[in-house]
Amino acid sequence: MAKRIELNVDGKAHTIDADPDMPLLYALRDDLGLRNPKFGCGLAQCGACTVLVDGQPVRSCVTPVDSLGKSKVTTMGGLVKDGKPHKVQEAFIAEQVPQCGYCMNGWVMTTVALLDKTPKPTDAQIEDALTGLKCRCATHASIMRAVRRAAQA
Amino acid sequence: MNTHVNRRHILAGSGALTISVLLPGVAARAATSGLDKRPPLNPKQLASYISIRADGSAIAYFGKMDMGQGTDVGVAQMVAEELDLPAEKVIILAGDSGTSLNQGGASGSTGVSHGGATLRNAAAEARFVMLELASKQLDVPVEDLATANGVITSKSNPAKKTSYSEIIGGRWFDTEVEWNGKIGNDLNMKTRAKLKDPKEYKVYGTSAPRRDVEWKLLGTDDYVTDIKVPGMLHARTILPTRAGAVPVSVDEASIKDIPGAKVIWEKALLGVVAPKEWDAIKASRQLKVTWSDVKAPFPEQKEIYNHIRNAKSIKSGGSAKNVEPAKVEEAFKGADKIIEATYEWPFQSHASMGPACAVVDYQPNGITTLWTGSQKPHFAGDGVAKILGLKPEQVRGIWAAGPGSYGRNDAGDAAVFAALFSKATGKPVRYQGMRHEGTGWDPKGPASIHTVRAGLKDGKVVAWHFHSKAFDRLNVSSNESDPSDNLGAQMIGFESKPGLTYATPEESYAFPVKQQTWEVIPPFLEKVSPLRSSHLRDPLGPEIHFANEGFIDEVAYTTGQDPVAYRLSLATESRDRDAIKAAADKAGWKTRTAARKETKGDIATGQGIAFSQRNGTRVAIVAEVDVNLKTGKVHARKFTVAHDCGIVINPRLLTQGIEGNICQGLSRAVHEEVMFSKDNVTSVDWLTYPILDITERPHVIDVVLINRPNLPPNGAGEGSMRPVVAAVANAIYDATGVRMRQGPFTPDRLKAGMA
Repeated sequence: MAKRIELNVDGKAHTIDADPDMPLLYALRDDLGLRNPKFGCGLAQCGACTVLVDGQPVRSCVTPVDSLGKSKVTTMGGLVKDGKPHKVQEAFIAEQVPQCGYCMNGWVMTTVALLDKTPKPTDAQIEDALTGLKCRCATHASIMRAVRRAAQA
Repeated sequence: MNTHVNRRHILAGSGALTISVLLPGVAARAATSGLDKRPPLNPKQLASYISIRADGSAIAYFGKMDMGQGTDVGVAQMVAEELDLPAEKVIILAGDSGTSLNQGGASGSTGVSHGGATLRNAAAEARFVMLELASKQLDVPVEDLATANGVITSKSNPAKKTSYSEIIGGRWFDTEVEWNGKIGNDLNMKTRAKLKDPKEYKVYGTSAPRRDVEWKLLGTDDYVTDIKVPGMLHARTILPTRAGAVPVSVDEASIKDIPGAKVIWEKALLGVVAPKEWDAIKASRQLKVTWSDVKAPFPEQKEIYNHIRNAKSIKSGGSAKNVEPAKVEEAFKGADKIIEATYEWPFQSHASMGPACAVVDYQPNGITTLWTGSQKPHFAGDGVAKILGLKPEQVRGIWAAGPGSYGRNDAGDAAVFAALFSKATGKPVRYQGMRHEGTGWDPKGPASIHTVRAGLKDGKVVAWHFHSKAFDRLNVSSNESDPSDNLGAQMIGFESKPGLTYATPEESYAFPVKQQTWEVIPPFLEKVSPLRSSHLRDPLGPEIHFANEGFIDEVAYTTGQDPVAYRLSLATESRDRDAIKAAADKAGWKTRTAARKETKGDIATGQGIAFSQRNGTRVAIVAEVDVNLKTGKVHARKFTVAHDCGIVINPRLLTQGIEGNICQGLSRAVHEEVMFSKDNVTSVDWLTYPILDITERPHVIDVVLINRPNLPPNGAGEGSMRPVVAAVANAIYDATGVRMRQGPFTPDRLKAGMA
């Protein structure tokens, strides 16, 4: 049965009526009309739906919408502050990373969390953080350049 | 000026706007002209190809689109070059049957070589027309006029000048052109203008930036999955767990607790719709269905190659250069030694990042709109029209960026599902598959076996026969204009129309007798099959050349020759030799006549070369691999790629496209194999169909672009995918002495080979 659920997304409070078991992804896309997080697998295997929950990368496709409490959700679009993109977005843009770009949420949001904790990661640390994310266009070379560039910024 | 086709940017730059209806995803496209009424699209009208905006910038209407490799940028550069404009002053409006002619969509890496060439002609014609108009306005002969950055100046009297903007800005060209009568990839028009001499090129060869990167990172524009139409319903399909089964009974009451959920059931097509997406998903999972009892359609996975070997072929063919079969046998009789090997390749999936999505707004008395991520929105629109019983002109097919497709993926099926559900409900419908459908039910790259035989006399090849036996290259067409090629249409009774075709290797190797033949076998299931086959990026290229280039290596080593030197001795075309030599030189090729098996601890290291042509593009690749002798795991550390696609238009984007192909090709080489049970495909997600992980990436991809300024551009979208698998296999052989003849090169296969 639908339940009233409060969400804090990209700095804004929202109230929705939803099935508590519904994954957060559908609240973001369908109820709030956000277009950044993507449905890739619904199985937490690819990362296309990744958002930050209190700064931690989370796969919104398997996160029940009623499990968030007062946590702050940030989507890729929400990284833009006062019209200025996040340095990770800027680096991915400068390196022209995406081909289809459908996977970008996973790589960008996970990199944001990585650089928060480890501002100057080694290649091995970057790989450790990003392993498991999928990019079918196989832009891995560009992704590595972009993460290194963001760490230098 | 911003050339990024984003609605806000274009609106800001376009001047007067008189748009009555803004369709999602196309407002930008409708607004760009600054005019309210464009003449109807007509291939005999220049206005259907190109226009000049009020500010003197140009719009080219591209009947293909860019799938993320920057094709649109390359085309903008071609158009800009002929117009003497900077690249950023050319906007490309792509992939919308409402704004562009049908240039065939994304197809066979022809975006630049065909699509761009046509728009380049249109640009030259536009400049020609503008010079004629300027000649009258300024009262100077055309020969006295020069153009630069949209300004037209008299060479003899520079005070006399006008501009594109003044001449025709904001108005449509009223110029008839000579159209070649073709639709699709070959659509072209003649220009009265002389095309620019390559010596004068300023825009070719520059790395103009991509236009779709910013919005993809900031989330500020719509993917096809983001299209929303008022009143839209979400739809999902329910596909059988045993392929071939059809619904016998459906318990609609089983989803009655889900708000607004409804069942759509017609023959074998079963779906659910609901106003909320999650509800549609829940309903698709909750709906109780009884399926017909049918025979299991597939053999055991392990029997796949025996099945192909033993199956009766239904069509055969071969290279146009083939000789009489009797002459081949005669040549083999003259050999003192015959060597032969068989290479095997599995079904592979497009496995796009997201399952395909489409939105259809069925309007029987108006214009029905299809939003699709398909590579071929014009054709997909035609297909939707046919299945809805409409005329082609009653359907507008609009491409919006979707998950990458790499050939004929599941996007075409999504378009037909959305169309059928929209008609059934009378509402706009957004359909997106689930992961198990995206990987499990997309059309597959066909499984195959390739037998190569060489007759040797005194250590030289006197006879060569390459033969493929495989599933059909086009059990479903990649075209999408015929609904028969889509799951949904097949489910409601459309019969399948298989293409029954295959391909042969492309290189210029000379043998006294060289025969290249193929035969295709019937599909396991006539229709509605999760193993139906179609185009997967560089259709058949990786597997055919895995065999061809693997066997060239085998012959080289058998006859005591270095693989690079041997290829150089065989290749008759100088561009082929140049590419092979460039890759070998840059990679620091280590000459050898036997596998080197360089080993340190558990790691064996090897280097392998492979070469192929693809419709005129030449690519040679040297791969360097580490093979863990204990685990059997292959890591391809480094690739050196020599790439000749004629003139290079945008070096940076070309290089990035090549990098993508290398990594996707590597993924196909080491991971990808569609698994199936006797009932169905069992590769249904990323655990059961793994792809390359970032930890497995090559650390170095060294690209050598061989620029040919005097040659036209050949396709560059897929050529570098072609020799990757073979280069990796040949490197594995150098490292271990194990000849991989069955892909993918998984640890189990490596260990079995090394045992």
